Amino acid sequence: MSDAVGVRVTVNGEAREALVEPRLLLVHFLRDHLGLTGTHVGCDTTNCGACTVHLDGEAVKSCTVLAVQAGGSEVTTIEGMGSESDLHPLQEAFWSEHGLQCGFCTPGMIMAAADLLARNPDPSEEEVRHGLEGNLCRCTGYQNIVKAVMAAAGSGVAR
Amino acid sequence: MSTDGNGYVGRSMKRKEDPRMITGEARYVDDITLPGMLHAAIVRSPEAHAAIVSIDVSGAEARDDVVAVFTGEDLAESFKGGLPMVWDPPGVDINTPDHWPLKRGEVKHVGDPVAVVVGTDRYSVVDAAERVVVDYDPKPAVVDPEKALEDGSPLVWEQFRTNRTHEWGLSGGDIEAGLAEADVVVERRLVNHRIAGAPIEPRGSIGEPRGDSLTLYSSTQIPHIARYVLSGMLGIPEDKLRVVAPDVGGGFGSKLQVYAEEALVLVLAKRLGRPVKWTESRTEHMTNSHHGRDQINHITLGAKRDGTLTACRAKIIADLGAYQQLLTAFIPELGFPVMGGCYKIPAIDLHFEGVFTNKFATDAVRGAGRPEATYWIELTMDVLARKLDMDPLELRRRNFIGKDEFPYTTALGITYDSGDYQGTLDRLLEHFDRDAFRSEQDQLREQGIYRGVGFSTWVEVCGLGPSRAVGPQGVGLQAAFWESAMVRIHPSGSATVFTGTSPHGQGLDTSFAQIAADRLGIDPENVDVIHGDTDQGPFGWGTYGSRSLSVGGEAVARAAEKVQEKAKRICAALLEAAPEDLELVDGKLQVRGSPDKGMTMAEIAGAAHIPPQELPADIEPGLEETAFYDPENFVFPFGAHACVAEVDVETGKVSLVRYVSVDDCGPAVNPMLIDGQIHGGIAHAIGQALYEQVVYDADGQLVTSSFVDYALPTAAEIPHMETDRTETPSPVNSLGVKGVGEAGTIAATPAITAAVLDALGPLGVTWIDMPLTPMRVRQAIEEAQGGEGGGPRATEQGREVGEHGQGAAGSGPARPTDADSEQGPGSGQAAPGDGGAGQGAAGSRPAGSEGGDAAEGFFGGSRTRPDKGGAP
Repeated sequence: MSDAVGVRVTVNGEAREALVEPRLLLVHFLRDHLGLTGTHVGCDTTNCGACTVHLDGEAVKSCTVLAVQAGGSEVTTIEGMGSESDLHPLQEAFWSEHGLQCGFCTPGMIMAAADLLARNPDPSEEEVRHGLEGNLCRCTGYQNIVKAVMAAAGSGVAR
Repeated sequence: MSTDGNGYVGRSMKRKEDPRMITGEARYVDDITLPGMLHAAIVRSPEAHAAIVSIDVSGAEARDDVVAVFTGEDLAESFKGGLPMVWDPPGVDINTPDHWPLKRGEVKHVGDPVAVVVGTDRYSVVDAAERVVVDYDPKPAVVDPEKALEDGSPLVWEQFRTNRTHEWGLSGGDIEAGLAEADVVVERRLVNHRIAGAPIEPRGSIGEPRGDSLTLYSSTQIPHIARYVLSGMLGIPEDKLRVVAPDVGGGFGSKLQVYAEEALVLVLAKRLGRPVKWTESRTEHMTNSHHGRDQINHITLGAKRDGTLTACRAKIIADLGAYQQLLTAFIPELGFPVMGGCYKIPAIDLHFEGVFTNKFATDAVRGAGRPEATYWIELTMDVLARKLDMDPLELRRRNFIGKDEFPYTTALGITYDSGDYQGTLDRLLEHFDRDAFRSEQDQLREQGIYRGVGFSTWVEVCGLGPSRAVGPQGVGLQAAFWESAMVRIHPSGSATVFTGTSPHGQGLDTSFAQIAADRLGIDPENVDVIHGDTDQGPFGWGTYGSRSLSVGGEAVARAAEKVQEKAKRICAALLEAAPEDLELVDGKLQVRGSPDKGMTMAEIAGAAHIPPQELPADIEPGLEETAFYDPENFVFPFGAHACVAEVDVETGKVSLVRYVSVDDCGPAVNPMLIDGQIHGGIAHAIGQALYEQVVYDADGQLVTSSFVDYALPTAAEIPHMETDRTETPSPVNSLGVKGVGEAGTIAATPAITAAVLDALGPLGVTWIDMPLTPMRVRQAIEEAQGGEGGGPRATEQGREVGEHGQGAAGSGPARPTDADSEQGPGSGQAAPGDGGAGQGAAGSRPAGSEGGDAAEGFFGGSRTRPDKGGAP
């Protein structure tokens, strides 16, 4: 890796620095270099959204962003949303409303939902369904995901 | 049995597994990094069928970041056996080719693995794999299963001199008499197309060497079976192989398999002395994780003028792909116990034919044989209703097995455990007002809006299963299907439950804890459920076929009961009472009538581990019990679904307006989990009915190799689902439960298709094969309206493809193929296969009970079982 380049990213509030290949995807930087394995890879083609993280506050699919493109930016992953003892309202709502089964799409789904609610704090069911179109779930039929997002919206997600 | 005092069963409890999953703390296979771990990438065939002329690995080997490259020849000595297929039905030979993890000689489908590159980095091994140069000599590909059966077709496997893999049949009652007796006979050809399991987590496997032992971390639904099979393939004893299924991100049957890559990473780890990880790309999932369905069903139903069914015949052609995976040949047959649906049919005749094509293998995908069976019986019932000019629900009601007729033994000798089909349909119609819908429908049509309703009254068979029915001497699977549980009470009174099932989203950590907690008198919070590790707990058969609760959960109940029995003996000795006078109330074992005299599980556990002097010496220390449970019968969940679809007749786009389901899987352990399973199941069926299809073109190239072209439904396509339940207990297990994991998928495709056909009825459309894509819908409308002459048909990919059910097969979606007959038996019926290709001559036996040997025990004396056939 003679062509490695330096990248500095703030991830979940912590400054991180590494030498990486220019082609390294952000998702693999997070998973393989930083050990943040809550962000998942499901499809390789930007369809499934399992890799969704926030880049400077906006949801992006981290399989379609190079690590070097995130240089100087702030990245938030599922690990930065809340912990078991201090859950984010969306995490709480996904748990209460049975918004997950196998859990694989869940981190990306929560990150996408957080972005949706940041832009539209009081969405209709229709708006939630269309807002989550970029995230695939094979287990839930989306019904309880939608319910969870509506519940979180009702409880006021911003904090 | 004493389960009083807690009542956790029946409650919608939040899941114990969720906290780690919502915080990113769950651990899936690809999340695991081991010291010194290498990565593997597989070189796969771009050809559907070809001879391997040469493989040049020097370009890959020359790279600094590559540790080793192996071809099939290099690893020939590393495998003592190939990937097995475990169905060996008595008296029927199934053509089963050698199936090695890396191919030697020839490749048989796009994606067939020919070499593996191992290196230090996830990315660089992919680069290196592209430097492996393979020279292929292409051969003709076989893609259409019906053409594959024609004389002169190119052969997938020349040594068998046919593309037919096997024939199998089952008959009950007098089919010829039943058809002769019918006033009306309808026939229908239905294509149930190929789909993918497509869990969002791709597969992944890590092989890890530890001294003379190996560990496999794998995204599997069947860790114990995987160890059993892989230890044989590698020629190592089972005690030297540990298989761990960590968190598994969905399976839907696609991980009910032992795959080449699992064997490969173990062999690589052993040879290289370092852990080796392989992670499936989504394209590899589409090319090399097994597919499902892919059947052509020829159905004949006979009925009296009043709608009373007299006969049902099904001739099923199943496209199995190029290789036999674990259950490939068996999956089409798996639906046989419910072929005939929830109806009283005096004669049923089933004939199955498997076919090799140059595609990846089919095997279990959510429902596995039962969605196909439900699809054809329900839609053919609708065809029959139209022919009889009868309300389709009235036709169903007239033929339902009555609530009081259970246990009901079908013409095939299968005993349905319990049911109330009128009851679920009645409840459905409480939620769905048909009259109101019909008037709304009429009004909308006046505005040019086409809406229709479709119904499905379904029954399925699950809870695999009674081993004597499906094992070697029954249907012929070389396996058993009991389940195990071990309940361990710790000295302070909390519990660990070990289960042989291997959940991957079903929520068994929670529901099993509820079951155990009720019997142990403790809080489910204090019950940890362990699964998916062959080093922990007894052998078990895994999670699939909606079996985990009715078989695995019952095993948990039984093990916990045993613990309770021992706890009673300890408690009785210490309280100087008789064990039979103790009852479990509010988390305490107490003397009946003396609530002040009792002990908690924590107190009893303490005494079991540090026995006081008062405890008699004949009570063993410790508090841990194991149960193995083999059910006496399957269980038969059922229900009624209604779907309202709207079709944009200009574009052909189908939207689902409403979906209502009433399902019955027995008493609920956790109602919230049941709803979740139903939602997901219906969504899976919506995917198949409207969007998803694995498509190979006429050359055997996979057209749908990613989620760009294999269309999973999103939240925007799935309607809000209205679910309700009735609870009819099963007499088979003490919990009264039936399975629910596949119910929605089994139930929903016919309701959706029927709704679209109902919407398009005024335009003269009587048939469209799934998936009901805009293009297919438009073609059906155009053909019904008399437009569109001959010429090649367009397809989704904009060109003619060889996938059956589409253009090249000459069996286009909108060409009605029923040959309804007023005069009875099977006119227009193709002759049954005569077994001339050397396989079991299932079709040539007389209908009725002489066709096969009476099965010992399970199916009853007068019934038939798999035909002995006339194999030479």
